[in-house]
Amino acid sequence: MSFWFWHGLRRGIQSTGYPRKAEVAPGISPGRPVNTEFETSGEAQSAAAICPVDAIIAHGSSTFVDQGKCVHCQRCRLSISLPMNWDAGYEWTRLPAKQTECATLPSSFSKSMHVMVVDAGDCGACLHEVKQLNNPLYNMHRLGFFFTATPRTADLLLIVGPVSENMRGPLLKTWEAMPTTSRVMAVGSCAITGGVFGRSFMCAGGASSVLPVDFEVPGNPPPPLAILHGLLVATGRKSVTKNELVSEGRS
Amino acid sequence: MAAYTSHVEGDGRTGLSDLTAAVGERFGSAVSPMPAGHGYVLTLSLAQLSSLPSLCRFLFLDRGCQFGGMIAEEHSSQWQLHYAFLLPGSGWIDVLLSLPIETTTVPSIVAEVNAADWHEREVEDMFGIHFEGHPRLGDFILHDQIWCEGIEPMRKKFSATEPAPGRQLDLEWKPQLIVADPGSFAMPVGPVYEGGLGESVHFLLETVGEDVIRALPRLFYNYRAVEKIAEGRSVSDVLLLAERFAATSAFAHSLAFCQAVETIHSVEAPARAAHLRILIGELERLRHHAGAIAAICESTALAVSTAHAAIIEEELLRASCVFTGHRYLFGLNVPGGLSSDFDAEQCRKLLVSVDKAEKDLRILENRLRYSSSFLDRLEDVGVVDGKSARYLNLVGPIGRASAQHCDLRGACPYSGYEGYVFDIPYETEGDGFARLRVLFAEATQSVKLIHQAIDALEPGAICVPCEGGYPGAALGWAEAPRGAALHWVSLDEKGLVERYHAITPSFSNWHGFHEAAEDFAFQDFPIILATFGLSATECDR
Repeated sequence: MSFWFWHGLRRGIQSTGYPRKAEVAPGISPGRPVNTEFETSGEAQSAAAICPVDAIIAHGSSTFVDQGKCVHCQRCRLSISLPMNWDAGYEWTRLPAKQTECATLPSSFSKSMHVMVVDAGDCGACLHEVKQLNNPLYNMHRLGFFFTATPRTADLLLIVGPVSENMRGPLLKTWEAMPTTSRVMAVGSCAITGGVFGRSFMCAGGASSVLPVDFEVPGNPPPPLAILHGLLVATGRKSVTKNELVSEGRS
Repeated sequence: MAAYTSHVEGDGRTGLSDLTAAVGERFGSAVSPMPAGHGYVLTLSLAQLSSLPSLCRFLFLDRGCQFGGMIAEEHSSQWQLHYAFLLPGSGWIDVLLSLPIETTTVPSIVAEVNAADWHEREVEDMFGIHFEGHPRLGDFILHDQIWCEGIEPMRKKFSATEPAPGRQLDLEWKPQLIVADPGSFAMPVGPVYEGGLGESVHFLLETVGEDVIRALPRLFYNYRAVEKIAEGRSVSDVLLLAERFAATSAFAHSLAFCQAVETIHSVEAPARAAHLRILIGELERLRHHAGAIAAICESTALAVSTAHAAIIEEELLRASCVFTGHRYLFGLNVPGGLSSDFDAEQCRKLLVSVDKAEKDLRILENRLRYSSSFLDRLEDVGVVDGKSARYLNLVGPIGRASAQHCDLRGACPYSGYEGYVFDIPYETEGDGFARLRVLFAEATQSVKLIHQAIDALEPGAICVPCEGGYPGAALGWAEAPRGAALHWVSLDEKGLVERYHAITPSFSNWHGFHEAAEDFAFQDFPIILATFGLSATECDR
């Protein structure tokens, strides 16, 4: 059985250098469409028309992307003659549209934060990406972030999924059992706006219609580094990116 | 390691005409065979309600057909219930029951085909049809502590967008327990457990102390009514739902959906797209199996092997992203083919990643085989024998670890799998270790298939237009990483989706999960759960 010890040692350190330095390995992020200037308004209109979830808004020859709605269907990249501009990064965490103050946790949490995850109707992708943070390539423990099994010791509630009716109760129970200082983070476009599932008799259409949300990590699913960026923002070790629609004055 | 050849012996057509003759001889005018269509090779239309159980019994027990699932459709003047059976080597058989819309009771086939249990519960819950003879109906998708009786969400008159009437939390509600011995108690687990990292599912583990006597999963916490909100939407919108209700097998489900739409329009994806679909489908299977192996290692707390497998999985996610632009393979399948083409250089790069993953998996397998503390936790734990697996209709790697050879890639090939040479590995022990070995062996076969698909690629179109075939309905299927996935799509005169129903491998396997978990100790439960590798969200839809 000692071979496991040598096996571990021989592989060496595999973890990413992020946030000390940017991670550039290929395939860490699918990227996302960003606000694009076209030459004519017709081109902008056709980009907006191909989006199945109305995440792209055309205004003259410009297009704006509501990242909270984008479901990464890639249609504005693959199925169109003039594709949208593409952002290959992963630092996407933003504040909810109506919020101006960043509700960062107090500084005593910056090197020790316990995260409680609730799967509120998730398709499996966001939850899977959250789980990846525990694997050696991302290894969130090195940054002082831990998953906790009880809401009593949690500092951050991380919600994935659009909040299905059958999960509304367990989600609220978890939230009510947490200390009042804890923050809430919606991960993935489903948790932000309901995504493809939207609002229906079975779906609340996003976590913010059930409880107050402090941070949003857009993506469908956001890659592990985007979620890690969210955790760093919640502890005040990284700053939020601007909410594209709010900054353009069209929220 | 046993392996079953993917090529079916004998002529599939002989089996089918033989079956048709036998049905005619036995049931006479009660059953009228109809020609092939809608993705089925044979439709057996029933004239009498009362012959339903005996016909299902005949197909399932006497003729060795596999039960696929059940699809209910509400039309303006009648109900249509489709019971799908698979005759391996020939294709899907549809047992069709057309009933006047006033019908409220249908005979249950659970006594004959146990695997129909949950299908009947779902139809009862969502449509309000009662199944006479079913041992336990109600409290299934619509949890009794939240939803009052009499709500039938899948009926046409029910609005998907308005809040359902009479929804309120019943604080007095208590789950129904089975064990009633003195001193027995139920240990509840979930729906939020493992720090929320487990998918939302609730278990009531009934026990008198050490052993789990009854382990009934309570699912549908993640039910998002995908099938209801799909109604009245365009095919391209519903494609997004088909792809996103279970993202860890997104490609397989979108493939089954697209193939159903293609059958309605009588088009076939071009050869290049068909080969690429096999390539990407096998890439998804390989990645899924690496993740499932990591979960099994994690359940036994063998940290280094967990890390090793998790790195393989993450590297395959990255390779998928480099190859297709999305880590979970979203946005690739479209009705008629694929949305994106790949050049030789991209394929070469993918092969490098895939070969590395296979090499790493082999190293891991060899080490795990000599880790006695690991094997002690898996061997003879969570055993499902072959007979139970057949009656419970366990599919995919779980079924194949209990001597069920059925794999849709071989039994009912799609997308050109009949031209590929591969084995369908299976084991007979039916324990946790057998399930692990099947995962490793299938991963090797997937790599072999990826190589064959890349070698088979010829220049050509990747997509053909897919329009004009509606109104119509068809069944599409694919062997998803967790097993057989069936998608039924029905389009109206405008080409909008009228009915969409997905039968998922997790739905079939969750139904049989209790067989593995019962009569084992509490500490084995997480390991049995991990070796089943089930997805709650895939079951819930």
